[in-house]
Amino acid sequence: MAEIVLRTGGAAGDGIASVGDVLAKSLSRMGLHVFGMNAYQSVIRGGHVWFQARASADPVHSQGDQADVLFALNKETAQIHLPSMGAGSTVVYDPEKFELTDSELPVGTKKLAVPTLEIARKYSSQSILQNAAGLGATAYLAGIPLAVLQKTLSDSFGRKKGEIADWNVGAAGEGYAFAEKNTGANDHAVKPAGAPKLLMTGNQAIALGAAAAGCKFLAQYPMTPASTILHWLAAHSQQLGIVVKQAEDEIAVVNMAIGASFAGVRSMCATSGGGFSLMVEGIGMAGMTETPLVVVEAQRAGPSTGLPTKTEQGDLNLMLGAGQGDFPRAILAPADAGEAFRATVKAFQLAEDWQTPVIVASDFHLSESMMTVERDEIPFPGPIPSLFTVEPNGGDYRRYAYTESGVSPRALPGQAGLQFKAGSDEHDERGHLISDVLSGVPIWVAEREKMMDKRMRKLEGLRSAGPAPTLEGPADAALTFVAWGSTVGAIRDATPLLRAKGVTTNLIRIPQVFPLATTALVPLLTKATRTLLVEANFTGQLGHLIRAETGIALPNRFLKYDGEPFAPMEIVQKALEGVSHGH
Amino acid sequence: MVTSAVPAAGTTPLPVLVSKSDIKPTWCPGCGDFGVVAALEMALKRLKIPPHETVLVSGIGCSSNLPHFLNTYGFHGIHGRAIPVAEGIRWANHSLHVVVTGGDGDGFGIGAGHFVHAMRRNVKITYVAMDNQIYGLTTGQASPTSTMGAKTKSTPTGVIEHPINPIGLAIASGATYVARGFSGDVKQMADLIAGALQHNGFAFVDAFSPCVTYNKLNTFDWFRQRVYKLESAGHDPSDIGQAFARAQEWGDKLPTGLFYKTDRPTYEDLEEVLQAGPAARQPAGLVGKESVLDEFL
Repeated sequence: MAEIVLRTGGAAGDGIASVGDVLAKSLSRMGLHVFGMNAYQSVIRGGHVWFQARASADPVHSQGDQADVLFALNKETAQIHLPSMGAGSTVVYDPEKFELTDSELPVGTKKLAVPTLEIARKYSSQSILQNAAGLGATAYLAGIPLAVLQKTLSDSFGRKKGEIADWNVGAAGEGYAFAEKNTGANDHAVKPAGAPKLLMTGNQAIALGAAAAGCKFLAQYPMTPASTILHWLAAHSQQLGIVVKQAEDEIAVVNMAIGASFAGVRSMCATSGGGFSLMVEGIGMAGMTETPLVVVEAQRAGPSTGLPTKTEQGDLNLMLGAGQGDFPRAILAPADAGEAFRATVKAFQLAEDWQTPVIVASDFHLSESMMTVERDEIPFPGPIPSLFTVEPNGGDYRRYAYTESGVSPRALPGQAGLQFKAGSDEHDERGHLISDVLSGVPIWVAEREKMMDKRMRKLEGLRSAGPAPTLEGPADAALTFVAWGSTVGAIRDATPLLRAKGVTTNLIRIPQVFPLATTALVPLLTKATRTLLVEANFTGQLGHLIRAETGIALPNRFLKYDGEPFAPMEIVQKALEGVSHGH
Repeated sequence: MVTSAVPAAGTTPLPVLVSKSDIKPTWCPGCGDFGVVAALEMALKRLKIPPHETVLVSGIGCSSNLPHFLNTYGFHGIHGRAIPVAEGIRWANHSLHVVVTGGDGDGFGIGAGHFVHAMRRNVKITYVAMDNQIYGLTTGQASPTSTMGAKTKSTPTGVIEHPINPIGLAIASGATYVARGFSGDVKQMADLIAGALQHNGFAFVDAFSPCVTYNKLNTFDWFRQRVYKLESAGHDPSDIGQAFARAQEWGDKLPTGLFYKTDRPTYEDLEEVLQAGPAARQPAGLVGKESVLDEFL
């Protein structure tokens, strides 16, 4: 087969994520393009968790749709997932664990009964080894060479190698051999496609991007789905020389990051919507004190605690409106891991160049899914310059000097003769407050206006400094998708499916959601025959922003707020509806 | 790449010592905070800490305006959040002397969580809290240290909450230098702040700093009649039990001076990355670190 979709499921604590990691990595080591997605719940034990990996010699941008092979660790998994198995699919299970009658199988789905527990018992009394046996059988069906599987499995134990790693490798080999012997023609198998590819999650790409951009300080408070940024940077803190701080709350987080930036390092903080809500006042302070700041907002389904382990793009309004008053900010919304890396590097550059907060908007689906990345998709910036660069200004240093761009020379504590005060109150060019005894006095009324104008000029600079909206696909198409963030992936995967049905589509990508580059966006929108706005939220927040900024309404909308990521076939169906039912 | 900032010829010579800035304090005449800024200036001068290596960090409130009045670097942030800003500054550049100044509402009310956590971390920060038992800048509401029964704009029939005990809280939270001064005794306050600046760890100075406009109960006279010096009472600041006991004294006798001092490694001492020097002066980025990608293959 040219492409395969593998799914495995069980209860939390069964080790599904590890099985999924090994499958996805084995496939990426075969040189295939891979997209892997973990679906889990906000529990540590119990519940139903599953993993889906899609692999192909051609690029893949989403988890795909129907599974070709399902490895079910319990009956519940079979019941939940059998209805969405593709034609000709195979379910791997152990009859010692649960029965699966032929009448329970969808038409065209085969079963492969593997004695995973029996194999496991040969090595140890630890029943978790059954996973390895089932993994072996699944890997055989997928076409993963045994040596690749066993090396990947062995590597997954890291430095803890020992008898447990050996048992796993042995059990996987037996499961593999059993499947080989008991499967007729294996029509699922994909073929190796070249040199191993990099495989990383969106969050790992963000963390790596931060490191590459010269980040020296990360503050964070644990919150799904942002936590793995903290985990990766904490694990690499000493190797990369990055101070990583888990703080008492997100208010401390954002203030620490601002303090560190003020004192001369590139700094970042990361959270999800709840934590971002707590950071709001601090983000405004970064805007007012003109302190560079990168904030990652990995959205999950809200409101409030919402669905902690499910995806949504419902926080755009929050990011747009974070903080009282007007101040310049930028919001970047990468679509995949490679772009998440580049967006993070860009965020640091924009924050530093424009001395203001920049938000990297991710979401659960991007942050936690793993995907293959080509090396040239994640270019490392060259040597990172020191920030101690400001020259003295004739003894009259003005930290907030009025300039055409709005950007003023930034001295750092420790530099002699350039002492200034950064103030969250309104201030003059030297940082002196004009909020108390001076406010309301006519010349200071004018000064306040000038200082607002100076800061807000940076917003206009940011509008063209970030990545512009782009059109993917042919200039003329029956349907133009408009999307941001991870939603782009399913649209990209739906495109060839639609083309096969005779429907030509294209896609307007908006990698910098704010400030919108309207001069680039408006011609793209006005040329579209028919648009379909695709967003994972209830109200169509990007649509509202586009209308506010351009006056262009996008009345055809596909809005999804069930917590699940878009799947290509959903996009296809929605697109066909719009096209076939006319305008 | 590091550019040293030397003023061009013919410009004002660099101040080598901390002194007043060209901004006049905006406090009410007679405000206790004048004594605190004077003591802080004296202490910084005495220790010859250069103004460009000093960062004064504050939140919001009358006392939080203090950073503007000395010729150092300063960060005048938002209400209650001075301490995390100060921590971030230290972790970015621990060659800087970082002093947090603020009030009781800022530090013990809205910012209480940060206060506690900074102390358990033993970050090397000097924290001078100007404690006047009232919210001044918002024109006279009850504060976390207001006395039970105190009638304020927000408590017209009297406060019905027990006040925070900043000294006891600091000792319990792991502060390694805990002192109390009174702005009516600037010399003692300067000595205590100088001790704090020299201390390698989180140093807390609770500064009785009367509000002459909104607190008619805890006045200069009220404090003068009650304060006594711990060192003249035979207090041993290395004894945490004695320190806790003295921290409970409230009412007719109010101890001032050094309650508690101990040595414990600071956060900066224990953070591995900072052993290579201030983060702001370290190399950054991934050039030459291609091997970081190996784990993704």
